[in-house]
Amino acid sequence: MSKPRLRIATTSLAGCFGCHMSFLDIDEHFFELAGLVEFDRSPLTDIKHCGPCDIGLIEGGVCNAENVHVLREFRRNCKTLIAVGACAVNGGLPAQRNHLDLEACLREVYQFREGLTDPCVPNDPDLPLLLDKVHPIHEIVRVDYFIPGCPPSGEAIWKFLSDLLAGRTPRLPQGLLHFD
Amino acid sequence: MSDALETASNRENLKKVVIDPVSRVEGHGKVTLLLDEHDEVREARLHIVEFRGFEVFIQGRPYWEVPVMVQRLCGICPVSHHLAAAKALDHVVGAAQVPVSAVKMRRLMHYGQILQSHALHFFHLSSPDLLFGFDSEVARRNIVGVAAEYPEVARQGVLLRKFGQQIIEATAGKRIHGTGAIPGGMNRHLAREDRDRLRAQADQMVSWSWEAVALARRLHQGMAPDYRDFGLFRSRMMSIVRADGAMDLYDGQLRFRDANGNILLDGVPDQEYMNVISEQVRPWSYMKFPYMRDSDPETGWYKVGPLARVQNCDFIPSPLAEAERRAFIAEGGGEPVHETLAYHWTRMIEMLHAAEVVRDLLDDPELLAGDLVATGSHRREGVGVIEAPRGTLIHHYQVDENDLVSMCNLIVSTTHNNQAMNTAIRAVARRYLSGRKLTEGLLNHIEVAIRAFDPCLSCATHALGQMPLAVELQAPDGTLLESLHSGA
Ligand code: SF4
Repeated sequence: MSKPRLRIATTSLAGCFGCHMSFLDIDEHFFELAGLVEFDRSPLTDIKHCGPCDIGLIEGGVCNAENVHVLREFRRNCKTLIAVGACAVNGGLPAQRNHLDLEACLREVYQFREGLTDPCVPNDPDLPLLLDKVHPIHEIVRVDYFIPGCPPSGEAIWKFLSDLLAGRTPRLPQGLLHFD
Repeated sequence: MSDALETASNRENLKKVVIDPVSRVEGHGKVTLLLDEHDEVREARLHIVEFRGFEVFIQGRPYWEVPVMVQRLCGICPVSHHLAAAKALDHVVGAAQVPVSAVKMRRLMHYGQILQSHALHFFHLSSPDLLFGFDSEVARRNIVGVAAEYPEVARQGVLLRKFGQQIIEATAGKRIHGTGAIPGGMNRHLAREDRDRLRAQADQMVSWSWEAVALARRLHQGMAPDYRDFGLFRSRMMSIVRADGAMDLYDGQLRFRDANGNILLDGVPDQEYMNVISEQVRPWSYMKFPYMRDSDPETGWYKVGPLARVQNCDFIPSPLAEAERRAFIAEGGGEPVHETLAYHWTRMIEMLHAAEVVRDLLDDPELLAGDLVATGSHRREGVGVIEAPRGTLIHHYQVDENDLVSMCNLIVSTTHNNQAMNTAIRAVARRYLSGRKLTEGLLNHIEVAIRAFDPCLSCATHALGQMPLAVELQAPDGTLLESLHSGA
């Protein structure tokens, strides 16, 4: 008798992919996990939109309109939504730009830099609208769990997920819980 | 005519198809296609849609924070940014000669990273296309599908990546975003227990890497003839090489070749990259378009990464990988190989080289003891160039009299490949998509071409962009967080 498998979706918003790499740092446990769950939208699959899922893992904060859209799609579809890593939890390093004037930054990098040909600030409608500030994901949607760390270690992610999959309240013991 | 499909005339009347997000790559990108009433592709663009502003907010920070901060550009190759920044700052702290033990530790870290990143790319991200076919079923076309059908391939891929990550952990303290390199040297030796534990696995890693080369070669040679010119384009090539012409991924001087394989420029010192490379801005992508200054953006662009490096060097300084390089070169029959899918084969040759380098370094006693840091009289500027897994990576900093960074310029590997990737997808669009009904499988052909370059769109998003639309951002309870409107 096989139980229906849980579905997991993952995405990276304004993150560096390090949290996804840490997820792969569960190493051989990945095969165990693959035996227990099915993957929905994730950078590891070619599913482009999140369908109904049990668990959603979010890496990265929110820096543009596209991020907002994807995050809301995940919240709508995932029963349990988890903020993974410093960027999702509090904006992380990209939020360093929050005290800068966006327009001035753009001009500096695309217009005033030495060594540029045809300097101009990119403005095509296919480029998503940038937000003035980088936001942690809980400012936009309700979040069920937070895993700190930059990134949280593979071990921490595995402990967390195996608790959740076994129906326990996830808990990270000392040593696995860290903020760097 | 590399740019025939860059911008269509009468864009308003065309039908738009979007691939968003491009999947099984690192980072955020999307492709837009414009089709006319006969379903002919009129325009194809790979856009880099995100930006995180590193170049700007690093300014004003003390220079010693930089090697740790810049890793957060990219979680796949943080070590490349860590080391490129440290190498640039070696110049700033006046370390004319970084001590031997420190250089060897950095090399160990770097080749460990090449190993893990190449394994990740080949096994976790690209092998599903190569093993199952470009238009195979979506549900199976991923690493889980590979694990079900080819369990041994998937297992070796996961363990090769794990080994590379363990090397990084042993040299930097953490698998991702550690601290190891500092301006002028390193902050640690290798622990003897780590050395012993890693050395015990190293021979196995070399032999699995060798098997991976054989697999990549078989898949390449076994491809149906019309896939041999999949995404084909001829272009210049760039990488750093060692003074004697050897492949060296940690240090060297810039070399450029033309599409026929003739050397255009050689021995360009890393500090002088600005004299030979310029970057063009185009309004539809946050990623700039670099090209050689002695030409123009249309003809002076080049490709970087494994396919360029394996052909740009004169030899690979490790025996198994060198034998594989020769076998690869023979395939070209005296001409450079420009097949886009040959990136995978050359990537595996480099992974084998990295495994050999790591194995040999682990026997070196200088990793366990010796001076770690050098300093001299401080300077205001430094450039660090390294061959990251995806290609040449350039970090350039200036610091002010208070030791704060006053200028930061980054040209990441994926940026160098910007024109190359766009040209490849246009070739694929023209050949496979034009005039046909677009299915998911056909659209995946475009992504297969992008994946060959192993683009790291995370890295490429370091600059900032502008706001083309208007939006309101509300919190879950409906309160207004931000309201935005179009910029200039
Ligand atoms: S938390 Fe750290 S590792 Fe994760 S996405 Fe952000 S910068 Fe990268």
